[in-house]
Amino acid sequence: MVRRVRIKDHFGEQRIFSIRSIAAAVCVSVLLMTVASRLFYLQVLRHEYYAELSQGNRVRTDPIPPSRGLILDRHGVVLAENLPAFQLELIREQVGGAPEIDATLARLEAIGLLDAEDIAGIKRTIQSRHVYESVPIKLQLDDEEMARFAVHRHEFTGVDIRTRLSRHYPFGPLAVHALGYVAAISEQDLKHIDSAAYAGTTLIGKLGVEGAYESLLHGAPGYREVLVNAAGRPVERQGAYTPKLDIRQPVAGADLILSLDMRVQRVAEDALTGKRGAAIAIDPHNGDVIALASTPGFDPNAFARGLTTKQFGALQNDIDKPLINRALRGAYPPGSTVKPFFALAALKYAVMTAEQTLFCPGHFNLPGSSHKFRDWKPKGHGVVAMRHAIMQSCDVYFYTVANKLGIDRMHDFMSTFGFGEITGIDIPGEKAGLMPSTEWKRHAYKRAAEQVWFPGETISVGIGQGYMLATPMQLAHAVSGIASRGLIFKPRLVSAVRAAGSNTPTPRPVQPEPSLTEVSADQWGVIVDGMELATGPGGTAAAATAGSPYKIAGKTGSAQVFTIGQNEKYNEKQVSERLLDHALFISFAPADDPKLAVAVFVENGKHGGSTAAPIARKIFDAYLLPGKPPVAEPAPVLGKAL
Amino acid sequence: MIFDEFSPSRTRRTLTAGGRTLRALGLDGPLTGVLAIIVCIGILVVYSASGQNWKMVEHHLVNIAIAVTAMLALAKVATPQYLRLFAPVAYAVGVLLLIVVDVTGHIGKGAQRWLDIGFMRFQPSEIMKLAVPMMCAWYMHERPLPPTLKDLAIMGIMIAIPTAMIVTQPDLGTALLIAASGLIVMLLAGLQIRIILISIPLLGGAAWAAWHVIHEYQRQRILTFLNPETDRLGAGYHIIQSQIAIGSGGVFGKGYMNGSQAQLEFLPERSTDFIFAVIGEEFGLLGQLLILSLYGAVIGRALYLAMQGQDTFARLTGGAIALSFFVYVFVNSGMVSGILPVVGVPLPMISYGGTSMVTLLAGFGILMSLHSHRKLIGS
Repeated sequence: MVRRVRIKDHFGEQRIFSIRSIAAAVCVSVLLMTVASRLFYLQVLRHEYYAELSQGNRVRTDPIPPSRGLILDRHGVVLAENLPAFQLELIREQVGGAPEIDATLARLEAIGLLDAEDIAGIKRTIQSRHVYESVPIKLQLDDEEMARFAVHRHEFTGVDIRTRLSRHYPFGPLAVHALGYVAAISEQDLKHIDSAAYAGTTLIGKLGVEGAYESLLHGAPGYREVLVNAAGRPVERQGAYTPKLDIRQPVAGADLILSLDMRVQRVAEDALTGKRGAAIAIDPHNGDVIALASTPGFDPNAFARGLTTKQFGALQNDIDKPLINRALRGAYPPGSTVKPFFALAALKYAVMTAEQTLFCPGHFNLPGSSHKFRDWKPKGHGVVAMRHAIMQSCDVYFYTVANKLGIDRMHDFMSTFGFGEITGIDIPGEKAGLMPSTEWKRHAYKRAAEQVWFPGETISVGIGQGYMLATPMQLAHAVSGIASRGLIFKPRLVSAVRAAGSNTPTPRPVQPEPSLTEVSADQWGVIVDGMELATGPGGTAAAATAGSPYKIAGKTGSAQVFTIGQNEKYNEKQVSERLLDHALFISFAPADDPKLAVAVFVENGKHGGSTAAPIARKIFDAYLLPGKPPVAEPAPVLGKAL
Repeated sequence: MIFDEFSPSRTRRTLTAGGRTLRALGLDGPLTGVLAIIVCIGILVVYSASGQNWKMVEHHLVNIAIAVTAMLALAKVATPQYLRLFAPVAYAVGVLLLIVVDVTGHIGKGAQRWLDIGFMRFQPSEIMKLAVPMMCAWYMHERPLPPTLKDLAIMGIMIAIPTAMIVTQPDLGTALLIAASGLIVMLLAGLQIRIILISIPLLGGAAWAAWHVIHEYQRQRILTFLNPETDRLGAGYHIIQSQIAIGSGGVFGKGYMNGSQAQLEFLPERSTDFIFAVIGEEFGLLGQLLILSLYGAVIGRALYLAMQGQDTFARLTGGAIALSFFVYVFVNSGMVSGILPVVGVPLPMISYGGTSMVTLLAGFGILMSLHSHRKLIGS
């Protein structure tokens, strides 16, 4: 076997290497040229495209939320303002990952700053924000909570107390059903608001004036261009260079001047304290709502502060339903308060004259029927004419009137006073009540047998029972129409708007509604006389109005909650408190030159004269007499009222 | 004497003295000069790219000092005879350290590339960047060129052992670079053209087979590279941000320390692997072309020095060092500009990071030592 021996050829090997090296150098040159042409493509041919992308990368537009408009009463007393509040905020990237956040929230719960059932929601909120954002996890800390956090502060990285502007209601629960409240923007809200206009805002108006005038109160957000790094965190400089950035200041929301008079409002709510009820006072000259009370109420500050699930549940499940605005949403049988209106209808349609008398035996029978419609006074009122029928609230008289008018004429007449339709007050949530008619019944029921209107049903409506329902707001609106003798205005809470940066408020025009022109001054006189008599000696509201230096015209009412069988007697001692009659009173004063119309409603308050009328009297005194009670001190800013 | 300070004769004397010093140190003047320029530019760019982090610059300077020391030591001390003896030792120690790292890595439950030797940490895989080509050169030194198939097989094994160990670390980028440095030796040694031509379709077939064997996510990664827009926030993010940085720089750049992509941290790995994009953004096309030209000068000069080598070991080692340097430059600039996939390869002599700098300058130290000790061999 011959083994082939290769010998190293130094010269040849050097040649090989040189050739290879030169070939490599050529390859190197070609590949470096490839990179260079790629760079040329990026930096010259596509320069504009990439320059735009890089600009979009580095500048972020951050919203600046506007400050919410103030709400003032008619004398300039501040009812809703913005105050710095201390809130607990968490920055995700400083806390760490999900386990650290869980641990942090658990420790905050352990020291009593968070509620266990709220933690899941808080966690969702934290996760939905950017890692660098400071997320509020508890709004409006009180002194005690701040102190508690301060003790443990060193244990919480990434959690701190921050000062932010928050909504504050200095009077706490006072007038809450008129003002409404603000609360955290919900998913529902996000469906109908322009989210760009609310960027950076956490609270939105709900119900009341806060809800209805949200667009005016909110204002317009500004923006600030912020230089950001890749993590989205704002930075001051870009390397050695500070670029010029655009900024637009926000436009603050408009201030609202309400028609409310806080002194009157306070008197009304004080008088209703401990009761479930409502009181509304309206200026009959323009529809200005002077007081709008519904009790029980709640502290709107609690909503701005952020309610825990437990607290909200407690409010919602409260048997007294403090969240319900009884003035607007409570539809009750109006009872005898409708009598002056039907009296006027009788005059207008000429089914009765003012002087025409009838005998009241204590009950009323429809011709050919044995069904007894009983008078509240079992022995009867004897011989009565219109004025005294109103004064004594004779049921039999108005059974007769109703029978003569018929339900459709009653419906048409009452509609002009706004019964059966919303009054159109400038806050949301109003109920329309019900003013029945034959047509209504035809549409309300499916079965033909139920669609028929029975004559007996008309009789009940004659004393404000049966199908008829009205809200306290409707009663106030209607009695204001009597006070103004037929000039009807849409009730309103906001009387003027002061735009941001302006000192002079712009008044909002009053909104007149079709007035009652076919009623003569004499006819008005008859029912006003009757209502004056009702508050005078022997009248149903005599006790409440005794000794007043001005004359009150009024009408009491009580509405059955509990149906009494034929031949049974209503014994208020045997009926449980929540089944007692509702007490009502509608009124205006002074009777000869009305300045204020008042409707009072007290749930299960038994008698209008003894329960509702004294409340109206206090409201009149507060508004009409000199030396009105001063406005009470506002509640403390960080009070824990709930 | 005051006039002496400005006399032309003194200047000439200083220059010749400088040249003499370089020669005494075993350094090559042009190569050292260009390398010094690149390193100085690197310091300036690291200062900007780190977001004006002086601490990082200090660290960078320390790395440079260590690297320069290594280069000077090798250039002066490492004669070709020592180097030839040292090559298999370095290779063996390197493989041993890779095993150590692999074992401690398993103990430490995770990928382990680093070895902590008290005052500094270093990656054993960096040793292999020099040890593998030197080992191949050492093997071919006594053998006639071009290599036989048996030689190729043996060198293939020498390359495959460390490459496979580094792939499992896992550090695919470094493994590819080391394999490339070995292949460069094969090519320079005169690997026959027909073998190259035969291997191309073989490699193509292997690639086709591999595509069908690899996992879905790996396939996805390759597709993302081919079309980065499909995964803007994931794997494509680096490539997109890097191209935005370069493209928005234009011809003249946005100015030193004024690149928004880099300064606002949109550009990931801005002071290490993607520092070439910072140069593109702040100094534009001109800045990048200058850097590429300087690299070209380094490669050209290094190849020239290698061609002057007096034996196979010197030539192959020198050539491998020169061309490996080119591979680093090409892979990094290619990935940053979006024509190559993203593998973790720093920009030579500029990127922040000590190990790469030390390896590179040590390599040039060896190259220059081989060149400056020529005459000694001849005599």
